[in-house]
Amino acid sequence: MIVAVVSGKGGTGKTTVAVNLALSLDREVQLLDCDVEEPNAHLLLRPEINTAEPVCLPVPVFQKERCTGCGRCIEVCAYNALVLLRDKVLILQELCHGCGGCLYFCPEEALVEGKKVLGTVERGRIGKIGFACGRLNVGEALAPPVIKALRRGADPALDTIVDCPPGASCPVVQSVRGVDFCLVVTEPTPFGRHDLEVVAEMLRMLKIPCGVIINRADLGDGGVRDFCKEQGIPVLAEIPFKKEIARSFAAGIPFIERFPGWQKKFQELWNAVEERVASSNARNCCA
Amino acid sequence: MPVVMREIVVLSGKGGTGKTTLTGAFATLGKDAVLADADVDAANLHLILRPEVVAEEPFFGLRLPVVDRERCTSCGVCTQLCRFEAIQDGELDETACEGCAVCFHACSAGAVTLREALTGCVYEARTAFGPFVYAALGVGRENSGKLVARVKQRAREIAREQAKNLLVVDGPPGIGCPVIASVAGANLLLVVTEPTAAGWQDLERVLELARHFGVRAAVCVNKASLDEEIAGKIEHYCRQEGAAFLGRIPFAADVVKAVVAQSPVTERLAGPAAQAMRAVWERALDLV
Repeated sequence: MIVAVVSGKGGTGKTTVAVNLALSLDREVQLLDCDVEEPNAHLLLRPEINTAEPVCLPVPVFQKERCTGCGRCIEVCAYNALVLLRDKVLILQELCHGCGGCLYFCPEEALVEGKKVLGTVERGRIGKIGFACGRLNVGEALAPPVIKALRRGADPALDTIVDCPPGASCPVVQSVRGVDFCLVVTEPTPFGRHDLEVVAEMLRMLKIPCGVIINRADLGDGGVRDFCKEQGIPVLAEIPFKKEIARSFAAGIPFIERFPGWQKKFQELWNAVEERVASSNARNCCA
Repeated sequence: MPVVMREIVVLSGKGGTGKTTLTGAFATLGKDAVLADADVDAANLHLILRPEVVAEEPFFGLRLPVVDRERCTSCGVCTQLCRFEAIQDGELDETACEGCAVCFHACSAGAVTLREALTGCVYEARTAFGPFVYAALGVGRENSGKLVARVKQRAREIAREQAKNLLVVDGPPGIGCPVIASVAGANLLLVVTEPTAAGWQDLERVLELARHFGVRAAVCVNKASLDEEIAGKIEHYCRQEGAAFLGRIPFAADVVKAVVAQSPVTERLAGPAAQAMRAVWERALDLV
């Protein structure tokens, strides 16, 4: 089973939930940190990193001697990443999405494929947890290719927890693609509710079942619970605000180490998700 | 004399450190500012500024292919060429498509056309604290960077029209596409961090981004009283890095109450947190 931990709003506790859940299961699992702009799960897990692979975007490289200046490459590029300057095609790499259109349509083969490094995928292990995390290079805009490489290299046979970036746009869509269930972590404030609404809509569109975890559950109002009730989204866990939980996160310590009672709660959470996934699969099967 | 416009962009790297809460507070303190929310994925500033929308502008950020089944010969060239795995058997996966139009150019049967896709909406509003521009990105959509650029462009136009000399932008989390778009043209990046290992590490990456793009950065630590020791280390780190340190803001449950009441902190509170926000803001203004 693959479970993604998402939230529209940042800082609601995705990484806290993902890491404590992985540790609580106490068996072989995988944890993938897909928040490649700001990966943080390693700060809590402290895994040993064994490999680091660069993630590259295929970008065009111009070969002047073959170019006839026909401008076809410029015409097909949807991102305005190519500019014709007199007899030379200038390539603006930072605008390129690596779609390969210019290479394919150039009648003279004046463009060949080169590579631009966008970031890195690191893989390692801590105890029973197989760990992987992506890291977008500072100054690069495109997170999705790094996330894609990270997800691709995961072991499909293992139970997997995916720690996602905040928001609801392309990096999140890439992170949750093909997962069985999403745990949406939110906080009971108007900000939390608003961003939960956005994520719930995204998951409906992607047809991924979800449940909510309310973090800092005692600080705020009832808006999130009302929304879940209206929408029929289950609230699967509530984590209270405790200074000691905040402090253990601050120091990079998973809070189940200080509150061992939570290990069982996280195990029950996983079981509840498993049951929901099984029953939704059964429903889809019959339909 | 022409008005010189200054632009402060509030960033954090890590989400949830308090960008929006602080921007909301600054809105009540900023004299003559235009406000903008560049976190188009999960916009929240409008929830505390009580905006009255005066204009809406649809945003078409993407051209998506449309397949005419009658004309499609199932040759499979589009599927073969699409590097985003977005088109299969004449079916488009809109959430995977990046709008490169390779399928359109490659289809020899002329079965693929392009349509402008509505990917968001830009709102222009009046608030008690000044003009405000924000946006909503269509769920799961591409090109949030382009939408951010449009929000900022509109906010600058309004500033010029109304002779305002300050633009305050609530930025997105992270360091990727929408952040880069929000940083363009900024005079100061006001980075809000929190006293946690994660907050600190993410701050380092934002400061690196600021250096990369040659924009000045200044830092404040929000919720500092949750861990004064780490807050102190971050302050020391900033001074070492040559980033201006604007101050520490204590954690206060009242701040959450202000958010729940959907109003800017400084409008309701006069306690230590609100005072610290005021001090941070005044120091930031001195820098621009």
